[in-house]
Amino acid sequence: MDLNTVWFILIAVLFTGYFFLEGFDYGVGILLPFLGKDEEERGRIIATIGPHWDANEVWLITAGGAMFAAFPSWYATMFSGFYLALLLLLVALITRGIAIEFRNKDIRPKWRSTWDWLIFGGSLVPPLLWGIAMANLLLGTPIDADMTYIGGFWTLLNPYALVSGLAFLAIFTLHGAAFLSLKLDEPILDRAFTAARRIWPAALVVGFFAFGVGYFVTDMYERLGVSPGLVPISAGAAMLAAGWFIRKKQGGWAFVMSGICIAFSSITFFVGLFPRLMVSSLNPEWSLTIYNASSSPYTLKVMTIVAAIFVPLVLLYQGWSYYVFRGRVTRDSKLEY
Amino acid sequence: MDPVTLARLQFTITCVYHFFFVPLTLGLSILIALMETMYVRTGNELYKRMTKFWGKLFLINFAMGVVTGIVMEFQFGMNWSEYSRFVGDIFGAPLAIEALLAFFLESTFLGIWIFGWDRLSPRMHAATIWMVAIGSNLSAFWILIANSFMQEPVGYAIENGRAVMTSFFALLSNPHLWVQFPHVISSGLTTAAFFILGISAYHLFYKKRDSEIFLRSFKWGAVAGVIGISLVSLTGHSQAQYMVEAQPMKMAAGEALWQTEDPADLSLVTIIDEDQQRNVFDIRIPRALSLLAFNRFDGEVQGIKDIQQEYEALYGPGDYIPPVAISYWSFRSMVGVGSLMLLLAFYALFLMLTERLPKADRFLRWLPFAIALPIIATSTGWIFTEVARQPWIVFGIMRTEDAASPNVSVGMLLTSLVVYTLLYGVLIVVDVYLLAKYARDEPPINESLGGTVA
Repeated sequence: MDLNTVWFILIAVLFTGYFFLEGFDYGVGILLPFLGKDEEERGRIIATIGPHWDANEVWLITAGGAMFAAFPSWYATMFSGFYLALLLLLVALITRGIAIEFRNKDIRPKWRSTWDWLIFGGSLVPPLLWGIAMANLLLGTPIDADMTYIGGFWTLLNPYALVSGLAFLAIFTLHGAAFLSLKLDEPILDRAFTAARRIWPAALVVGFFAFGVGYFVTDMYERLGVSPGLVPISAGAAMLAAGWFIRKKQGGWAFVMSGICIAFSSITFFVGLFPRLMVSSLNPEWSLTIYNASSSPYTLKVMTIVAAIFVPLVLLYQGWSYYVFRGRVTRDSKLEY
Repeated sequence: MDPVTLARLQFTITCVYHFFFVPLTLGLSILIALMETMYVRTGNELYKRMTKFWGKLFLINFAMGVVTGIVMEFQFGMNWSEYSRFVGDIFGAPLAIEALLAFFLESTFLGIWIFGWDRLSPRMHAATIWMVAIGSNLSAFWILIANSFMQEPVGYAIENGRAVMTSFFALLSNPHLWVQFPHVISSGLTTAAFFILGISAYHLFYKKRDSEIFLRSFKWGAVAGVIGISLVSLTGHSQAQYMVEAQPMKMAAGEALWQTEDPADLSLVTIIDEDQQRNVFDIRIPRALSLLAFNRFDGEVQGIKDIQQEYEALYGPGDYIPPVAISYWSFRSMVGVGSLMLLLAFYALFLMLTERLPKADRFLRWLPFAIALPIIATSTGWIFTEVARQPWIVFGIMRTEDAASPNVSVGMLLTSLVVYTLLYGVLIVVDVYLLAKYARDEPPINESLGGTVA
């Protein structure tokens, strides 16, 4: 396997990690106004992701950095091309981060409810945008011979992308509900299960629909054939299993299943994309690939060594942070030091 | 306005704004880690209270640094795609490593530190804030590797019209990095010291209460301030000496020195006429610039016009003169404010050591305003170092005018500029409100701390 492929895989892993981890903390943010009946309950809901959300977001920052380092032209074309979408994403991420950190810093009800709604909005927008962005990478966008994106903002809002955005949104919300069912106690726990039960059919339908549309409008069918293979089928099966575990009120398993569904869907997407990075709708020759958009072999080698040492280390201590805060957040938990 | 100017304006605003928060994070993380270490070692509750009091302020500031940092990472691709394509092979690497080594470390352990008081042993808990301090300062190291490449490209070759890395070690041992990194780290310490000094002075003078914690904090601030600003001055000096060799145009612009001089005089006040390429009004200290540059009373310092000719021979026809007035005044402001901080820090230490602090009412009354000084100095310092590098985005190999995204229109740039400005405007109000609120707060008393959400 050449280093270009290694880096494609590593970036796929980083995005998958981001979708898995921030998937649930976006879901928590989206569910916040609906599951928390009063200010104290909403505080508890936020506390489930309080110690983790920022480190989860670093998966995205690292994915972006890795794109820049390994495939500079991918980074340059996508970030300048998807300009307004990314601006919107940044506004959402800034607002959300500040809202989570500042909400508890003042006790006035108005202060807190304002930030809570901003957490909601800031959590709602990124899943939609990432669904839209990912779908467009695969579907193809107008990229010219100089690797420059020449479409506009509206080019991105095609039906396939919108459906994918909704699919991300629904599945992340489900994932968040499953996470909350693990981390809270009654009465919010019960509401989390109810929410999960209600979201599940929507996530199922939109998820399968997005996949099905993708099968026809992109070249997924040509690449995967009639039977899409083990990975996407497992993603679908995990989604079905998630529904079953939610009904059984087994939060842990439901969370594992929604997580598998996200991870395997993400892998499916990257398998479909490989070895391309961004498909050109104008001319297949102009698509960005892991070869024409990559850094030099030397840079890839250096970065591979760095990643081989530090990625396992990061996984270790981030895993430890979840271990430290294992268990449910209850009324008696200290939510802020 | 043309797209490049708009993109530059946006970079200035978002970068300077981001750097309002960064130095305080760098320095305060270390000081808080030291406070908590003292608590663990002595068991003295006073240190725990200090840790918590300054910790709350640290967190408010940290959040602002984090969210404004994301914009920086995205901006290279969004507004400067040609730049990203051209140097991505080199520039992307430190950015990715920064995220992997530093951002994960600081954000993961900060989460544990905030919520982990009851879940970890005191020793482990103190270790987590050290991880945050190490992570933050490491991130400065990696981003400065990237910036140093822009100031002084090393370890690269041009292949197929783009720069590729030939030596990772050369990036790490870039001489520019090793004069810049200590300067930035010590200015972080200084910023934190003045923050602590200012707020402690506020409590000592205006509130006249709980003097124990604020006297102790004041002492820490004074010591850290003296150490920090002394290092800032020393490293700044070595940086300037290095600049004379490596980036003579930057030094010449910073001094508004049009003609080569030997011995060279140091400007005190100069009114510049950039169009005529001359100084309208000039007061200079004889030989002082040579002294600063070479540690002796003579030595040639090149002037702007001569370097321009030299560069035309080297890089072809063109204008290689950066905006002189901005360079000159930002340099002046950084050095001037830095000198003032040097005086203040030493005076604060003097008051401490001679036990005159309780009677130093006038000093204490005004000291809170000095919190702004490091912010002014670091902002103008960055403006100087980036503006005086123009017209280059990467010195000698890529011009700023060739670096912007070709497909990003003036309308899009204006939209993002307006959005960031409005958003940042609102955020600074909220941030200052919260900082002021918690800075004025009575420090937490032992275990009845801050408390629950309700």
